[in-house]
Amino acid sequence: MSQPETAKLAPGLKPHLKEPSENLSLALKATLKRDLVLMLRRRGEVLNPLVFFALVITLFPIGISPDPNLLATIAPGLLWVAALLAALLSLDSLFRSDYDDGSLEQLLLAPQPLPALALAKVAVHWLLTGLPLALMAPVLGIMLALPGGSYLVLAISLALGSAILSLIGAIGAALTVGLARGGVLLSLLVLPLYIPVLIFGAGAVQAAIAGDPVTAHLAILGALLAVALMLAPWAIAASLRISING
Amino acid sequence: MWSFIHKLGSPKWFYRISAKLQPWFWVAAAGLIVVGTVWGLLFAPADYQQGNSFRIIYVHVPAAFLAQSIFVSMAVAGLVFMVWKIKVADMAAAVMAPLGAAMTFVSLFSGAVWGVPTWGTWWMWDARLTSMLILLFLYLGVIALRGAFTSRDSASRAASVLAMVGVINIPIIKYSVDWWYTLHQPATFTITSRPAMPMDMWLPLLMMVLGFYSFFIALTLMRTRNEILRRESNKRWVRELVEEAK
Amino acid sequence: MAFDSFAAFIAMGGHAPYVWSSWVITLLLILGLVWHARFERRQLVESLKRRARRERARQQQGEQATVYPVDQGESS
Repeated sequence: MSQPETAKLAPGLKPHLKEPSENLSLALKATLKRDLVLMLRRRGEVLNPLVFFALVITLFPIGISPDPNLLATIAPGLLWVAALLAALLSLDSLFRSDYDDGSLEQLLLAPQPLPALALAKVAVHWLLTGLPLALMAPVLGIMLALPGGSYLVLAISLALGSAILSLIGAIGAALTVGLARGGVLLSLLVLPLYIPVLIFGAGAVQAAIAGDPVTAHLAILGALLAVALMLAPWAIAASLRISING
Repeated sequence: MWSFIHKLGSPKWFYRISAKLQPWFWVAAAGLIVVGTVWGLLFAPADYQQGNSFRIIYVHVPAAFLAQSIFVSMAVAGLVFMVWKIKVADMAAAVMAPLGAAMTFVSLFSGAVWGVPTWGTWWMWDARLTSMLILLFLYLGVIALRGAFTSRDSASRAASVLAMVGVINIPIIKYSVDWWYTLHQPATFTITSRPAMPMDMWLPLLMMVLGFYSFFIALTLMRTRNEILRRESNKRWVRELVEEAK
Repeated sequence: MAFDSFAAFIAMGGHAPYVWSSWVITLLLILGLVWHARFERRQLVESLKRRARRERARQQQGEQATVYPVDQGESS
């Protein structure tokens, strides 16, 4: 079916009806914009993970030891685990408010492919959660006596890793959004799947500290991200449909 | 062939066919496990390095194999359910999960216990045990997710999605944990990567593995039949069956 | 036989607690799972039988009710 017939419109009005497929970019832009605006309005929610990150990093020296040498050896792992937990914290609200007010159902009814729209939402989540965590990590690294030469790798690995976390975590969030106390279950579902990302991400930072090349680690993270980008949107869409119809 | 698969999907037909198949698998399981146990415990020669503690292999390895195979079977059953809407597949997937978790636990327990005389410690973060531990969490996640939904259909579909996501991750997790372990530990002796085992050590192991697999099939058939009775309790064939049953 | 005596078999060359605990736990779990499956089946069959009995009783009551119509609030 080509362009629908132009109805008689008032002068000055242009018909902007398009085929749904052409509307995809429109829908994506609209979703991106809407989610960005909504999340930025709830600035507390955006800041929460960052504050949590800083708090957890503060707890460890207090609970373990302030000795910089000791902290330096465990810093990469601590930073990664704390960032991972902070990102996990923010996942529960990824779909929840939309679920509660019915806009998630509307999203499911849209003619545009759901995986694409879901990907747009996850992208916004990463921009406002994962990326800030990645940028904040080097600062916290200073507090943990993270050895020099690894700060950039820390940020890059966390940027890549948190994107993967957002994608995988969104699957868990979509599966549990309709459940009463889905938040706790979400952690159980998602953390085991995060472990490869943690291994290679923390491994990259440790390699940088040791002066070893980090390209392999970052390449693997990149590959995991590519796989997640290809597969996760479909899983997220399927999970959203299950949660809404349930 | 297709009509066979379709018939397999009918709970009533599956119930009848499994009634005939079950006894064989029970007999095979009992026979193989008893013979394997006696052979492995009494007749296989002691390992010159590990002494008699190596006999733990005869439960550790079969349990580990089963733990992984059952997860894959569960994911395949979930896929069959999602794609072809065969209810029996979902029933089988539902009953497989607890057995898989139990086998994972056995593998962890025996592996850890084996570590005491071998490494002098009750727990060792080696690649095998760590992967098994993560697998246990994956199982618990699937079981918890299935139980969290009130609608059975939603529960089935959610568990299927999670099982499929998990099964894709399992090789990734194994690879990354293997890599992580070799990086952080000197290449120590791993439990089953040994030079070729002599036949009289290896044959009882094969019998135990086959026996465990037979047990898995037999138990799954039995529990799936129970599940069929439970879910199809309103059907006439079930009522008639119950009348005749002792 | 890999062991000279029964005592030696039980002792497992000093590794007795490890070998036996592994085997016993495995055996207990396997037997437990089998027992549970059979118990489950027994429970199911019994509850289904009970339900069939209830329905039959209700049906008979319903038949009687058509012969002697009694004003009952609840339909059977």
